[in-house]
Amino acid sequence: MAINKQTVEYVAHLARIELQPKELDKLSRQLQDILDFIDKLNKLNVEKIQPTSHILPINNVFRQDIPSESLLTDKTLSCAPGNKGSFFVVPKVIE
Amino acid sequence: MELNSLTAHALIEKLNKKEITGQEILSALNSRIKDVDSKVRAYVRVGKNTEFKGSEAGGQSNSLKGIPVSIKDNICTEGLNTECCSKILEGFKPPYDATVIRKLKQSGALIFDFKTNMDEFAFGSSTENSFFGPTHNPWDLDCVPGGSSGGSAAAVAADEAILAIGSDTGGSIRQPASFCGVVGLKPTYGRVSRYGLIAFASSLDQIGPFTKDVKDSALLMNVISGYDPRDSTSANLDVPDYTKSLGQGVKGIKIAIPGEYFIEGLEPEVKSITEAAINKLKDMGAAYKEVSLPHTEYAVPVYYIIATAEASSNLARFDGVQYGFRNTGNNNLIEMYKKTRGAGFGEEAKRRIILGTFALSHGYYDAYYLKALKVRTLIKRDFDEVFKEFDCIITPTAPSAAFKIGEKMDDPLKMYLSDIYTISANLAGIPAISVPCGFTKKGLPVGLQILARPFGEETLFGVAHCYEQNTPWHDMKPKV
Repeated sequence: MAINKQTVEYVAHLARIELQPKELDKLSRQLQDILDFIDKLNKLNVEKIQPTSHILPINNVFRQDIPSESLLTDKTLSCAPGNKGSFFVVPKVIE
Repeated sequence: MELNSLTAHALIEKLNKKEITGQEILSALNSRIKDVDSKVRAYVRVGKNTEFKGSEAGGQSNSLKGIPVSIKDNICTEGLNTECCSKILEGFKPPYDATVIRKLKQSGALIFDFKTNMDEFAFGSSTENSFFGPTHNPWDLDCVPGGSSGGSAAAVAADEAILAIGSDTGGSIRQPASFCGVVGLKPTYGRVSRYGLIAFASSLDQIGPFTKDVKDSALLMNVISGYDPRDSTSANLDVPDYTKSLGQGVKGIKIAIPGEYFIEGLEPEVKSITEAAINKLKDMGAAYKEVSLPHTEYAVPVYYIIATAEASSNLARFDGVQYGFRNTGNNNLIEMYKKTRGAGFGEEAKRRIILGTFALSHGYYDAYYLKALKVRTLIKRDFDEVFKEFDCIITPTAPSAAFKIGEKMDDPLKMYLSDIYTISANLAGIPAISVPCGFTKKGLPVGLQILARPFGEETLFGVAHCYEQNTPWHDMKPKV
């Protein structure tokens, strides 16, 4: 599977990561090497195999809809780089 | 003997007899850290005059009362900096304790207020990807301690810690334990709560102990294991008293040796040391047989799709909004996200997030992520098959002893391949322990890996303890 610089740039945009030109070059080469290595999975025919996304035989783990202790506003905001009142402050979201 | 060089169980005995106080243990550790940590760099954000203190809550059980525990930088401790050794979490003081921290405090243990070094976000096998620079192996300061929990492993090896906690997603406890000559355990997936562990790969991560011997590992596992309603992947199963598995001997134990772990790529010295260890177990009454885990060669590619895909999702939250570092002076939110993440993440983090995002993206999801999940089923089945007949599987923990700092940094793929023996246990969710089993001619430790079926930690402790007590490795210390 070939991965070119445009693809890496696009994926970086999806991942919301700004890459410098030198980083983009280096990363594209390294990712190509890694993908070439990963391509050995193509040797296997897994059409009829069920995927394992979760290793323990548990699912639908619910709890009763009863409120218990939660993180208070002041504690939640205490880590924020920008906050005002009970809000996180960020740059403009909508034009 | 200096108090900091003793095991937790030896210290507990002295504390119970009132021969020593908790303060004396803390002083001995502080003294040792002042002496050697400028060379080992096991701990992060430490100043010249730092005095390590422990924080504790009232003990319900007192099983670890007075014993300091060192914590990896990706486990949340309320009010104490927890930064995953990354710039993007600079200054982060969690507003809550991880469940394992809460359990440790309840046992009377003291939580060290400074964290141990790690590869950023646990991305790495050498602790060289830390924002704070690498930790140095106490057995050879020019060598890596392994990773990603290199700081915790080195601290225990250098007697800068009594007990330590790390995390293991693809070998990040076992491989550094092997490189540093200490005991490291990755529990069964779901055995130990992940609540408060800053997630790398949610279907693979587990928190586990680093200790000087197997008994301490059992003691620590007694404390940290157990069901947690806050972790929906936590197993609702009782925790046995793991110390009862010690001293059982290995008569009649059936050991499987997978042929695929002993082929080219394994260094000859490590191979012969591992084989000697297996023969030692045979001399003590165990039986071994060669088996096949046919999908072994696919474990590393499967892991580097699944783990990076899950990581890309888990690390999406680091965007400068709620905590940590934010790049300022941006006109809009998207620019802030991109510049914050571009500047805040290190090279390996960016590499993995982008690889993971690619594997999940439209047009590639089936070929990569879905395919990897299916091969994961095959890998798990290989283990299920072997455990029908055998009690445990034994392999080397790593294909080599500790490599030199800088040796593998230019070739990410070479670095990834050093996880080759540990990765499968995370994919299959099974428990695995690394115990010291010898030294190379250059004086570097080698680890023996023992794997068991899900929730088979008792088997691991039984076999590991028997081996340890009949060999000299656990009494040997590095000269730092």
